[in-house]
Amino acid sequence: MSSSDPPSLVVKAEPARWIHKDLTGLQSLTKEELTLLLDTAAAFKSVGTRHIKKVPALRGKTLVNFFVEPSTRTRISFELAAERLSADVINMSATASSLTKGETLKDTALNLQALHADMIVLRHSSAGAAQFLAERLDASVVNAGDGSHEHPTQALLDAFTIREHKGRIEGLHVAIVGDILFSRVARSDIFALTRLGAKVTLVGPSTLVPTELERLGVSISHDLDALLPELDVINLLRIQHERQRKEYFPSLGEYTSLFGLTKARAARLREDCLVMHPGPINRGVEIDSDVADSSRSVILQQVTNGLAVRMAVLYLCNAARSGEWL
Amino acid sequence: MSKALLLKNGRVIDPANHRDGVGEVLIVDGRIAGAGLKVPQDAEIIDCTGLVVTPGLVDLHVHLREPGQSAKETIASGARAAAAGGFTTVVCMPNTTPSLDSASSVAWLLEKARAEACVRVHATGALSKGISGEEMAPIGALKKAGVVALTDDGRCIQNHELMRRALEYAKMFGLTVMDHCQDYSLVGKGVMHEGYWSTVLGLPGWPAAGEELIVQRNALLAELTGTPVHCQHLSAAGSVRALREARKRGVPLSGEVCPHHIALSDESVKGYDTNFKMNPPLRSEEHIEALLEGIADGTITILASDHAPHCGFEKEVEFDQAPFGILGLETELGLFLDILIHKRKVIDLNRLIEMYTINPARLLGLDCGTLSPGALGDVTLINPGLEWRVDRDASFSLSRNTPFHGWELKGRAVRTIVGGSTVWKL
Repeated sequence: MSSSDPPSLVVKAEPARWIHKDLTGLQSLTKEELTLLLDTAAAFKSVGTRHIKKVPALRGKTLVNFFVEPSTRTRISFELAAERLSADVINMSATASSLTKGETLKDTALNLQALHADMIVLRHSSAGAAQFLAERLDASVVNAGDGSHEHPTQALLDAFTIREHKGRIEGLHVAIVGDILFSRVARSDIFALTRLGAKVTLVGPSTLVPTELERLGVSISHDLDALLPELDVINLLRIQHERQRKEYFPSLGEYTSLFGLTKARAARLREDCLVMHPGPINRGVEIDSDVADSSRSVILQQVTNGLAVRMAVLYLCNAARSGEWL
Repeated sequence: MSKALLLKNGRVIDPANHRDGVGEVLIVDGRIAGAGLKVPQDAEIIDCTGLVVTPGLVDLHVHLREPGQSAKETIASGARAAAAGGFTTVVCMPNTTPSLDSASSVAWLLEKARAEACVRVHATGALSKGISGEEMAPIGALKKAGVVALTDDGRCIQNHELMRRALEYAKMFGLTVMDHCQDYSLVGKGVMHEGYWSTVLGLPGWPAAGEELIVQRNALLAELTGTPVHCQHLSAAGSVRALREARKRGVPLSGEVCPHHIALSDESVKGYDTNFKMNPPLRSEEHIEALLEGIADGTITILASDHAPHCGFEKEVEFDQAPFGILGLETELGLFLDILIHKRKVIDLNRLIEMYTINPARLLGLDCGTLSPGALGDVTLINPGLEWRVDRDASFSLSRNTPFHGWELKGRAVRTIVGGSTVWKL
């Protein structure tokens, strides 16, 4: 931007660079596209602290929050983001939908389209479900988590939070600790953070950290203690009991002793190392309770930033589809 | 009875008789005539210049879906697809609804096939009751009803003791047992090859070891019982190694390869298109190379399709929820000719035809797969150099689930003759 350009009111970067009606994952996005998403989120963040927390970007648009798999925080975050953009929001869960009556995902989605839904936010237990819908619908589809595949808005809010605190992502050393194998957050984090130039190390039990991921340009470690002093960011994943099977590690106690961010381990982190967690946290398992509440924990800021990031995603995808830019 | 038929000027390849040369094949009264027989005056004459004349091809692994799943395929439609692929004989799998685990269901199927199928249809019987892997199926009654082999295809008996006793029992009837090799505890909910792509796509992995372990099991039990065990649709390098080692020691173990396992790799799944979902799954390059090596050195003796039709609405769902399987009958010969003969030059045409004729016929004791005098007058005419494009919408199958739509292939069947009558021609 040259000095003679007028300052943009909402979004600094040119929105026309965003060409995707859907956001199904981060793997195929360029560094420029990721940066545009983060810049747009930064512009939207201020809306949340205003007296009137609304902008008209999605006025007259209908957004369906379609959650085939249970979720509270992601659904609420999307709902609030859509409302702050002035969209009309419908929440639909698996139990309330016809999926329980044997209707296919495709038919349910076509019915939503027949009601002229403009955007569908999908949480689903099957990897690829968001892409499946995106390929079949004119509406914008935003992935709110598909099986163990991707959770793009979570990774964007992670990247946003890191950039907000560190001023950059390039060159930072980020450890992602925990259940990588089953984690959609981990995959999206890996795609986004490596593309934005971070050095990423995956840490966890050998049963839950697939070595194939090294091909994505990340390192793998099973020795958290050795890494602690080097880290700029430590992102702890929830050890998910609901998906875990007993074959993967012997006990939560052993997990905590090897990979939990205990007080002793936290003391060996650099002073400015950010402690992150996508939530919901298991206090005393992957993270010590006091560490979760400590000053370097940005866990709740992640939640706040999630709103801004989701506003940016909804705005950009809607605009790319409809041509209605602010 | 059909008119006599004289096939002239073609390159006749009949591996059972070590015959390969330009010559004639005469079919009289539905059977192959001896060299000395005079050609009847009213015989129909087909000039086969530039074509290969082979015994009618045999596919010993197809799903015709009847009884009970006739929206996917019927015996009649599946047989037409077989004819259009160059096959005069197919062996259908028993995982129907109900399964072919009783004499009455087998009798029903064979009766219907005689009435409606344009090619020869043989039935296999279930190895366990209801294909549930718990109790032995009524193997003696199935044999009497006319099954040519036993299999729980689609499923795999996990109880090694039951498998051992079923093999021992089958031996009394001279029946080969065909096995879908899959260890359930290792495979779990796996829907694609476990490796880089399953990890990146977040899909549950189906490790190669899940097949290799059962191939090893089958080698041990085939040796223990002496019953021939045929390992279906092999996909993994370790399976080929186990099979090679067992065969070297004379263990009655054999294996087949399907075209998709050498034509496609696990990377194909990256768009979550369920036409790339089959069981066992598409694997990575090192496994494909091992399968090709196994075909080249004779470890793999049989080619087959695992023709597995599914309705569009069944396949057009989330990847992990879609049924396994793809169409095969109309594309398998073209794919194998294209890959094994033309592109990779893994084997010669004689070997390929052997793997599609006399080898499966001998394994199951079928009276086909040869042009010996007196044999069934089943012949396939192949144009090995014909370039064509796969068009799923032109398929004779009731289903459309193929990943090969639009593929350009070199080589295909151009006419299929059953008992001296042309049942399909290009």
